[in-house]
Amino acid sequence: MSENKGLLTEIMEYKWKFTMTTTRKVLLMLAGLGIACMIFRLATGLGLATNLNDKWPWGLWIGFDVLTGVALAGGGYGTALIVHVLHRGKYHAIARSAMLTSLLGYLLVMAGLFMDIGQWFNFWRPFVSWGHTSVLFEVFWCVSCYTTVQVLEFGEVITEKVGTKYHNVFKKALPVLMIVGIIFPTLHQSSLGALYLIMVDKLYPLWWSPFLGLFFLMSSFFVGPAMICVETGLAGRAFKHEVPIHVLRGLVRIAGCFMVLYLALKLYDLANRGVFNLVFKGNLEGNLFLLELLLGVIIPIFIAFSGMSNTRKGLITFGVLVSGGLIFNRMNVVFTGMSAALGGWYFPSVMEWAVSIGLVAIGVLAYCFIAENFNIMGHDEHHHNAAA
Amino acid sequence: MAKGVLVDITRCMGCKACQVACKQWNDLPSKNPEFTDGLTSPPDMDGYNYTIVRIEVVEDKKNNDYTIRSAKRQCMHCEHPACASACFAKALQRDPKTGAVVYYPHLCVGCRYCMLACPFDIPKYEWDKQFPLVAKCQFCFDPEGKYDRLGYGLAPACVDTCPTGALKFGEKDDLLKEAWNRINSDPKYLKHVMGEKEAGGTSWLYISDVPFTTFGFRPNLGTNPLPEYSHNFLKWTPIIAVGWGTLLTVMYHYTKRREQVASESNKDVPM
Repeated sequence: MSENKGLLTEIMEYKWKFTMTTTRKVLLMLAGLGIACMIFRLATGLGLATNLNDKWPWGLWIGFDVLTGVALAGGGYGTALIVHVLHRGKYHAIARSAMLTSLLGYLLVMAGLFMDIGQWFNFWRPFVSWGHTSVLFEVFWCVSCYTTVQVLEFGEVITEKVGTKYHNVFKKALPVLMIVGIIFPTLHQSSLGALYLIMVDKLYPLWWSPFLGLFFLMSSFFVGPAMICVETGLAGRAFKHEVPIHVLRGLVRIAGCFMVLYLALKLYDLANRGVFNLVFKGNLEGNLFLLELLLGVIIPIFIAFSGMSNTRKGLITFGVLVSGGLIFNRMNVVFTGMSAALGGWYFPSVMEWAVSIGLVAIGVLAYCFIAENFNIMGHDEHHHNAAA
Repeated sequence: MAKGVLVDITRCMGCKACQVACKQWNDLPSKNPEFTDGLTSPPDMDGYNYTIVRIEVVEDKKNNDYTIRSAKRQCMHCEHPACASACFAKALQRDPKTGAVVYYPHLCVGCRYCMLACPFDIPKYEWDKQFPLVAKCQFCFDPEGKYDRLGYGLAPACVDTCPTGALKFGEKDDLLKEAWNRINSDPKYLKHVMGEKEAGGTSWLYISDVPFTTFGFRPNLGTNPLPEYSHNFLKWTPIIAVGWGTLLTVMYHYTKRREQVASESNKDVPM
């Protein structure tokens, strides 16, 4: 490609692809509906568009779009750690797709957060008015910085195809970006949990814990491989790119080790605070807590360390259970664990659902578009060719 | 010294004059009364009501009878306010001179973390507005002057208007002494000053002859200042950032070198 061409002309002349399928048409419709609802919400405020109220100031957008979204996007920093810092080369095949999911995840989280804040034109305020005693302050700074870092990291992928003259700059900056891009998530994944530390009088003791931050961090790390299993399962079919089983199995086992640690720490913490009896109390909180641990942690540990993780079916099951278990956990913290203390009533409105679903649809479409136009899936071969 | 108000629930007759005075002084919009459950109206504080008088029927087991008690609820103005520590834009700040916890709307982002952090469930939100703000009692303190009373040495509007002496304004330390004097000189009182220790201590203090939970106080309020919970987490941030960053850099160079050596000698070196 010519070095002299302007960046804009280069973008204009690049042959962009976007294959239309029925699934994508449905996704486009959902995305459109979501955007319409977002405009309505921004124009009218929160009262009309949502079911949020004085007893339930945080709802679906914070619980799902932000708390769950950030955790599910945790595959990015985990992969960066394993592939780019620890140089475990065999996982190179999934590095780019994992980090793309993460980048898109964070952009959607930012969009969700923007929808949720009442004074959205004031979103930049904490950059200048430092409420440094707040855990949310750490979340805000780290998420903003990390999203920027991820965009820069992704610059290396984009400039392979478009804006090629900048490719070497991005390539050189990559190691620094990777390391900075692991520190930030470590901090904010844990601080998302630590947001609830101050609600010690409100959050049910099965979920409130002095280790809440560590639990959120660990679960965001082990959900990474699970998400990769789900994602490669889906993308493998759509893009005819199968990731070798031994690669996924290796990742699943790393996740498994962390899940054993997580489980042990949970049990120790419950016993240490003397609330172990609450698990088997038979009430809503106890039962959901038990279900969360059983489906999202204990069964997946068995899958990871048994022969089941040798099959694609087993890997997908692992992925679905762990990701589902993590969503369940975050929902339990935001809703189940708070309901007794907050009282009142909350169920997301149609528009809240439409926005959340719309954001996910936008993410999937963006993923498809980028995967079609840039070198995301076949990066493994590319890596080996370059090395040879 | 920090100011305070002593609320003696046994002296309150539930006339709601304080509620009206609050609305008038703070230019809060009025509405037709709504009674959903009993005489309390509106049922709870909201975006346009900084204070409400909770009127409750209490069972008097000794005389096999029922009695009515009422208590004014509003921001407790904590010494270590959870809301202010939770605000990531410093939109809530405690004035060290008066002890008032004041909201600065122009700094607010509208994240509503303060509402969840408050152990007394005080901050409310203007849900119906396009650009809603948080609403809470300001202790009639206004650094800008318009709604200020405390700054001029006046009692808050609600206290000023109270006809029965159920509300008493003064230095917090003096009021705490008086609270215990009243409790010790009359056996009808519970031996507990709400706000003396709760959440690390508050400027508003309550004494009562019926349980405080009657008026919506949480039964499990702790005595630790709530900002400590966040601080005990956040204090690790610099250590983790620097330590983790160093470790990652070392690991990066170590594993890279290892990979190089392995490819040079063409041998597979297991990690």
